[in-house]
Amino acid sequence: MEWFNALLAGNRIFTPNTIGFYWEGLVTTTQLVFLSLLVGLVLALPLAILRGSKHKWIKLPIYAFTYVFRGTPLLIQLYIIYYGVVFFDGIQETFLWPMLREAFYPALIAFTLNTAAYTTEIFHGAIKSTARGEIEAARAYGMSPGLTMRRIILPSAFRRALPAYGNEVIFMLHASAIASVVTLMDLTGAARFVYARYYAPFEAFLFAAAVYLCLTFAILFFFRYLEKRLLAHLRPQSG
Amino acid sequence: MKKLLTVSILGLAIAAGSAQARDYDHVRFGVDVPYEPMEYRTPEGELTGFDIDLGNALCAEIGITCEWIEQEWDGIIPGLLSRNYDAIMSSMTINDERRETVLFSDPYITPPSAWFAPADSSLDETTKDTLDGKTIGVQRGTLQDNYVTDMYGDVASISRYSTADDMVLDMQAQRLDIVFLDFPVGKSTLLDSESRDYKVVGETITEPKEYFGDGFGIAFRQRDEALAERFNEALATLQEDGTYDEIFERYFGEE
Repeated sequence: MEWFNALLAGNRIFTPNTIGFYWEGLVTTTQLVFLSLLVGLVLALPLAILRGSKHKWIKLPIYAFTYVFRGTPLLIQLYIIYYGVVFFDGIQETFLWPMLREAFYPALIAFTLNTAAYTTEIFHGAIKSTARGEIEAARAYGMSPGLTMRRIILPSAFRRALPAYGNEVIFMLHASAIASVVTLMDLTGAARFVYARYYAPFEAFLFAAAVYLCLTFAILFFFRYLEKRLLAHLRPQSG
Repeated sequence: MKKLLTVSILGLAIAAGSAQARDYDHVRFGVDVPYEPMEYRTPEGELTGFDIDLGNALCAEIGITCEWIEQEWDGIIPGLLSRNYDAIMSSMTINDERRETVLFSDPYITPPSAWFAPADSSLDETTKDTLDGKTIGVQRGTLQDNYVTDMYGDVASISRYSTADDMVLDMQAQRLDIVFLDFPVGKSTLLDSESRDYKVVGETITEPKEYFGDGFGIAFRQRDEALAERFNEALATLQEDGTYDEIFERYFGEE
């Protein structure tokens, strides 16, 4: 801790106190993005499969959902969920209120639905582009449609969707910066606090930007690794 | 080429120099709206409030024209420094922290801060014990924010808002247990509102000075000392000839 205090000595803005704010902000941002991506992914998988259904009444509602959430700004969705819910009379008395009262859960709901919509479309596209021959081969082996989906289509679709999904993860991280408008103290919220208290826009936001860069780098690295492993069969073989 | 460069740099320097020594005959005020009754819009959309009326009266007294430019609170000082406007007249409390960055006029009003809670709230005092685990609302970057952050940051959770309106909305939504505001603003947005009943918790607060400063002042860029001096003289005149009292009555008159 000695060296840390020495590093901060004489610095008006980056005191242990404000570093603490940034740290809490980093934790909030990470939790928010990770949880919304996780739940979004779990939601998106069945939705993506059903999105390709032949039945109109299954296909259309899912299409409507992805269309609405991809067709409106995330900020507006967040405003509607955070400020909008309180206009339902008596919402304060329901079991939902302890969650909706906090800024975290409305933000989590908005982010989850948003990323679920995008992920659904990404996976749907990948499933649709499965080579016809692979499916016919599965049929020829006597696989049922369910087994074909599980053994043949999903594994290859997941590989094909990986690069696009990696982008979605990074977009989600950056989009989470708007959480601070509903009082959530995420990384951007911490930067805005420091900016407003010390009137130092450059220091406050550059520091936050640097942390986002590091996070993005970690995500990129992770997906690079996944792609290398899972798409190994697509690389040209040498020798 | 080099000569041309030198000449143009010289030209720029002269232009910049004359801009610095400029005598203002038109002043642009940065203001964060709404903050009733200090600055807000009438239902017709007209900008009004104590700051606006006093500011216009001061400009008239000095014999210059003025203009109001809206700016959100948390960027209001950076906006002044980057010349988006020439002065800030937006319920800004004079304190040492801000004095390092801007130049203040004499204080033109000294309002206290106060705690507001729903009338049926069990809170009747604001100690660390009673506020433990509660959610406090403040406007980001205000002196109330600084005070609450330093005094209660370790026991209560603090929600920071960009505008007072968002905060009032969340207070009505019962997301906040208590808010800490300039008293006149809390009075007109919460106590006088019709939707729900609110009360003031504890005494109004003006101490300690290191947080609550010396009242509201007009903020200028550090080098505009001459301009600040002209506003100080005009303020003294208005306070003597009764114009100030008249404007004060208009917004804080009836209890």
